[in-house]
Amino acid sequence: MAESTAAPRPAAIATRGLNLWYGDFQALFDVNLDVRQGIITSLIGPSGCGKSTLLRSCNRINERLGYVRTTGSIEILGQDIYAPEVELVQVRKQVGMVFQRPNPLPLSIRDNISFGHRLHARGQRVSRARREELVEDALRKVLLWDSVKDRLDDPAIELSLEEQQKLCIARLLPVKPAVLLMDEPCSALDPKGTEAVEELIWELRGEFTILIVTHNMAQARRASEETVFMLIGKVIEHGLTEDVFLNPQHRQTADYIEGRYG
Amino acid sequence: MTRDALARSRDFDRRGAAWYMDRAVTLFVFVGGISAILFIVGIFAFIAREGFGFVFTEFDAGEFFGSIAWRPTSMIERTYGALALIVGTASITGLAMVVSIPFSLAAAVFIGEFARGRTRETLKVLVELLAAIPSVVWGFIGLSIMNPLIIDTFGVPIGLNVLNAGVILGLMAAPIMTTIAEDALKAVPDGYREAAEALGATRWQVIRKVVIPAARNGLVAAVLLGVGRGFGETMVVLMASGHAINLPDSVFDSVRALTATIAAELGETAVGSEHYQALFTLGILLFAVTFAINLTADVIVRGIRRKGR
Repeated sequence: MAESTAAPRPAAIATRGLNLWYGDFQALFDVNLDVRQGIITSLIGPSGCGKSTLLRSCNRINERLGYVRTTGSIEILGQDIYAPEVELVQVRKQVGMVFQRPNPLPLSIRDNISFGHRLHARGQRVSRARREELVEDALRKVLLWDSVKDRLDDPAIELSLEEQQKLCIARLLPVKPAVLLMDEPCSALDPKGTEAVEELIWELRGEFTILIVTHNMAQARRASEETVFMLIGKVIEHGLTEDVFLNPQHRQTADYIEGRYG
Repeated sequence: MTRDALARSRDFDRRGAAWYMDRAVTLFVFVGGISAILFIVGIFAFIAREGFGFVFTEFDAGEFFGSIAWRPTSMIERTYGALALIVGTASITGLAMVVSIPFSLAAAVFIGEFARGRTRETLKVLVELLAAIPSVVWGFIGLSIMNPLIIDTFGVPIGLNVLNAGVILGLMAAPIMTTIAEDALKAVPDGYREAAEALGATRWQVIRKVVIPAARNGLVAAVLLGVGRGFGETMVVLMASGHAINLPDSVFDSVRALTATIAAELGETAVGSEHYQALFTLGILLFAVTFAINLTADVIVRGIRRKGR
């Protein structure tokens, strides 16, 4: 793996010797990756290269499948999330996720936003006013407040796809995660929606560490600070986005970026 | 050449075997589809024709719904009080639902949300197999296993009673409810579960807050279908309820159900007689109640669908 040339910020996500198997099929090979805190890192590579798998290992949502085996470690903010004593609920409190297809819960807009917060605020009394405030703050932050403030009790599924995806980002905010994982968050959106969601993600930079998987090279280029290139389950190159795109260190990276495969 | 002749010369009007096959299949599935309407109308017309003679002449609503004296063969004074039968059916069905609703919903949640791989497939097959057990076999179980068990356990003189019939009926209705409820849970998009889990919900929270609300329509349908099934079931209630005309004070009292009465007595009556017509009147009542249950289910499900989506 190439040594990162990025500025020395502390790592929010650090994988060490990460291997992952789906049944007998090995999808990740010895991945050692440091994702720096407070910036946007994009994960690029051809289909099936393991970028979604890597992303989905970072909150252990992969394990839903049941036949996934992982070795090595992933440290989130210095804590190994694969350590035996770790509670999944606490991992997911720290690590929020946005999916490829917007997947609002079959609840009202308001309940979608407060869902995560309610889960983690168990046992504590949260006043109605406080909860309303959280909902408003989250929706304001994703620039959705003005268009939905009069219909907070409507089903979230009635929103447009772009609005749904913004809502899916907004519902993470009250939980106050440190890391946001995004799995091709714009791929189901039209160009206008893509632009709006990209802008939103860019706005969230700094406050959160964002790791974003994308198929869209232009998106990685304009909307991330560092880029990781993966191929067949391995990290090939990791560096500042402009370096990776303008001056790739590896032949495979250059070939992929120039569109020779992928 | 005219256009017709041109078309003919090019065989544009040729109808091959596929055309006839298509027509035949279309007709066949049309008949199959439309037959549901014909059957329901036909059955209703039949029951009504046989029963309405009684309904419009001898029928006394006060006696029918208010009296427990069902004496259709009395030499002195024949009376047709169906209250005990209605209460009998209602009490058995009620107990059956108390048994089967929690049981089958739990089973559906386990199969749909917890069990994986082979366990899940095996369980599904077994549950479907359970649903296929003939009701007379359940009746056997009621007679020969539950009966002595109830007598021994509770120290009551007779084990053929509401408890016996209700439990057996509940067990019998549970597999069908389980299957339908599980289908409803399975229809919930996996993206919902994933989203909730990624937000930090535990499995139980995912089920309670997301999956069950999302599957509400199907779950309501499953429960109502179970109620309908219990209501119309005959053999089990005939064999396990004790078949005694009686207003029950407790679950240990024997009762008699509407369906069991029809099954037991219809063969003994002269076609067209008063008794025969009275039994068909019970049939009309059953038909009306089942119809009402299904209609309610439909309205509820549609209502929920429109509102919640």
